[in-house]
Amino acid sequence: MVASKTATPRHRDDREVFAGTGEPVGRPRRRDDRKVAWLFLAPVLVGFALFYAYPTVLGVYYSLTDYGMLAAPNLVGAENYRDLVDDDKFWNALEVTGYYVVLNIVSQTVLALALATLMHRLTQSVAIRAMLLVPWLVPNVTVGLLWMWMLDANIGFVNHVLRAVGLGTTGFLTSPTWAMPTVAGINTWAYTGYTALLLYAGMLQIPRYLYESASLDGAGEWRMFTRITLPLLRPVLALVLVVSLIGSFQIFDTIAVTTKGGPVGATRVIYFYIYEQAFTNFRMGYASAIAVVLALLLGVLTAVQMRLLRASRSDLA
Amino acid sequence: MRSTRRRVGALLLGLALTVPLAACGSGGDGAGGATTLDYWLWDDRQLPAYQECADAFHAANPDITVKISQTAWAQYWQNLTTQLASGDAPDVWTNQSTYYPQFASQNQLLDVEPLVQRDRVDLSAYQPGLSEVWVKDGKRYGLPKDWDTMALVVNTGLLGKQGVDPAQLENLTWNPADGGTFEQVVAKATVDTSGRNGLDPAFDKNNVAVYGFLPEWADGANGQNGWAVFAAANGFTYLDKNPWGTRYKYDDPKLAETISWFKRLIDKGYAPRLDKQSSVANSELLIAGKGAMSIAGSWTILTFTDEKVKQEFAFKPVPAGPSGRRSSINGLSDAIWAGSEHPEQAWKWVKFLGSADCQDRVAQRAVVFPAITSASQKVDAAHQAQGRDVHAFTEAAKKDTFLLPVTEHGTELNPIVQDAIQSVVLGDAQAADALKEANNKVNALFK
Repeated sequence: MVASKTATPRHRDDREVFAGTGEPVGRPRRRDDRKVAWLFLAPVLVGFALFYAYPTVLGVYYSLTDYGMLAAPNLVGAENYRDLVDDDKFWNALEVTGYYVVLNIVSQTVLALALATLMHRLTQSVAIRAMLLVPWLVPNVTVGLLWMWMLDANIGFVNHVLRAVGLGTTGFLTSPTWAMPTVAGINTWAYTGYTALLLYAGMLQIPRYLYESASLDGAGEWRMFTRITLPLLRPVLALVLVVSLIGSFQIFDTIAVTTKGGPVGATRVIYFYIYEQAFTNFRMGYASAIAVVLALLLGVLTAVQMRLLRASRSDLA
Repeated sequence: MRSTRRRVGALLLGLALTVPLAACGSGGDGAGGATTLDYWLWDDRQLPAYQECADAFHAANPDITVKISQTAWAQYWQNLTTQLASGDAPDVWTNQSTYYPQFASQNQLLDVEPLVQRDRVDLSAYQPGLSEVWVKDGKRYGLPKDWDTMALVVNTGLLGKQGVDPAQLENLTWNPADGGTFEQVVAKATVDTSGRNGLDPAFDKNNVAVYGFLPEWADGANGQNGWAVFAAANGFTYLDKNPWGTRYKYDDPKLAETISWFKRLIDKGYAPRLDKQSSVANSELLIAGKGAMSIAGSWTILTFTDEKVKQEFAFKPVPAGPSGRRSSINGLSDAIWAGSEHPEQAWKWVKFLGSADCQDRVAQRAVVFPAITSASQKVDAAHQAQGRDVHAFTEAAKKDTFLLPVTEHGTELNPIVQDAIQSVVLGDAQAADALKEANNKVNALFK
C-alpha cells in the first residue's frame, strides 16, 4: 500500500523529464523504457534460462528416455510414467511424504503462530527474535547429526533420561512408527523460529489502533487473535503456507543424515527416492519422471492453496 | 569512452567465464611427454600405502606422475559416475564387485585381457578366485588388488566376566533351530541392567545393558556384515550362477530359516530390537562396550585393535552351520577408464598396483590383505609382530568361501532385499512371504 502511494508521483516526474526533451507530454517513450528494462533484467533472465528453464526442459525430456548418465539417452515414450503407476515404492514415497507434510506444516504453523503472537503482544525484544533464528542458522546436516546423537536408542541423552524416569527405550529414528514424527519434530525445531519471524513481520503491518479499539470494546486476547490477527494476517499466512508446503515436499537432507529412508521405507520420502534412483541406481530417466510428477503435483497444490486463502487480496485495504 | 569501458567489461567477463573452464580440462600433460594419471580410491586408511606405491612408481617411471584422490565411500560412486557422464573420469580407479557390472555393461572400462596376454601377467599369483570376478564374456575389467573375509569379533573382557573361555570360541556351531553352541555363548554374553546374564531365569530382556550379539540390518542385498555367513552356513546361495547369474534365490527356505532365527534371538533379548536399535555403527557400539560380539570384515582389524580402544577384542572364526563354516570373500580391483587418454601408462600403473612390489608395501602397513598370496602372508606376519591374532580371517580365506553376488542391477537390489529382511526382524512380516515377494521383484529386474 505504502509503496504504491510513493510510486505514482515518481512516475509523474519521469514524464516531466521526457517533456523537457521535447517529447509530447503524456506520451512517454514506452519503447525505450522496455529496452532499458530488458537490459537490467538480462542478467537475471540469463540465470533463469540457464539454471531453471533449460534444466526443466531437459528434465522433462530425460523423463521420456532411458538416460542412465553413462550412455546417450534413448527415447522410450511414456514407459517411465507407466512404470511409476506399478511402482509401490513410488506410491509409498508419496504417502510418507504426505504424512510428513501434514505433521510438519501443522506443528510448525501452530507453533510459529503462537510464538509470533506472543512476541507481537508481549515483547519487541531483538534478543528473543535473534534467538528464534539460531536453529534456522545451523546447517541441516549438523541439525540432523545433533539430533541423531541426542535421540540415539543406546547412547543418546534423551533415551538416557527416559530410562532414568522408567519410560524405557524408544528408537526415535529406528522404529517405523516413530521415525517420521521424529524427523518432522527435528525440522519443526529447525524452522519454527524462522516461520514465526515471517508471521511476526506480517503482524507488524496490522494497525495498532485496531487492537486498542478492540480492547476498549472489551475484547479479550483470544478474540483479538481470531477476529483481528488471523484475518488480517491471511496474505502473509498464505505465503508462509505455500513456501512451507513446497519446502516440506523437498525434505531430504535431514533424512539423508538420520534414517536414509529407513526403517523399511518409513521415511523414504519422494526426494530421497528420486535421489536413490538417480544417483544410486543411475536411472536418471526414471528419476526425472518422478520429478516431473512431483512438480505437477506441487503446482496443483499451490494453486488450490492460493485460491483457498485468496492470497492476493488483503482485508486491510 | 563508454564503449571502451564496455569492451573492457566484456573482456573481463569473458576471462572470468573461460578461466574456470580451462581449469576444468582434464589433468594436464606437462611439457616433454610427461603424463599425469588420476587415480581414485575411497579408503583413507589405505591412502598412505598407495601414495608410497605412487612415489615408487614415479621413481621408476619419471615421466609418469600419479595423482591420487580419495573420496569417502558414501560419495565415491556418485562422484565417479558424474565424472564419467561428463567425460572427465579418473584414468584408473578402485572398483568394487557390486558396482562394477554397470560400468562394464556401459563400456566405461578398458578390457585389459589383451594386455594381460601380451605382458604375460601371472594371474596364478593372486588369491584363488579373485581374478575371475573381473571377467565378463571373455573381457577382463581389472586386476585384483586385495581381498577381505569375515570373522566373529568378540569382546574378550566382557565374555571373560561371564565365564566364557576364548578357546571355546574357536569351534562354535550354529543351526537355525536352536542356534547351537553359538546361541549359548550369545545368551551368556547378554547381561541385563541387574547383572544377570541371558541364561539366568530371572534375566530381564527389557532392560539389557550388554547385548550378546549385534546384528547388522542395513546390509543391502548381500548381508556381508550380518546374515550372509549364517545363511551360507545353512546352505543358502544367492544366485543360479555367480558371477553373472540372472536368477536370484532369496526365496530359498534356508535364508528364511536364518532370518527367522535372528528374529527369535531378538525376541529373547539377546540382540537389540531393530525399532529400538542405535543409529550408531556396530563397531562403535562394540568399542563402547554395549555389545559382546558381532560379525566384522578384515578391513576393520585396525579399528578394533587401535591403541585408543579400551576394550579387548579378539577375532574368531564364524560359527559352523549345517553346511560348514562359510565366510564371504570379496575383492577389489583397479580398473582403467575406457576413455583414458593414456591407456598404456594407465596399464603400466595398474600392473604395478597388482605387482608384488606395490602389494608388499601395502602389506607392511597391514591395513588390508593384498591380492597377491605372497604379500598376504606378509600381512599376517606384520600382524603377528604387533601381537594381533588375525588367523580367523586368513584361515577363512583358505576354504569354503563364497563370493558376494556380482550381477547387473547390483545397487537396485539393495533396498528391495533390505526392506524385506527388516520387515521380518521388526515382526511385520513372515520371513518366507516377505523374501518370496522380494525375490520376485528382484528377478523382475532381469526380465
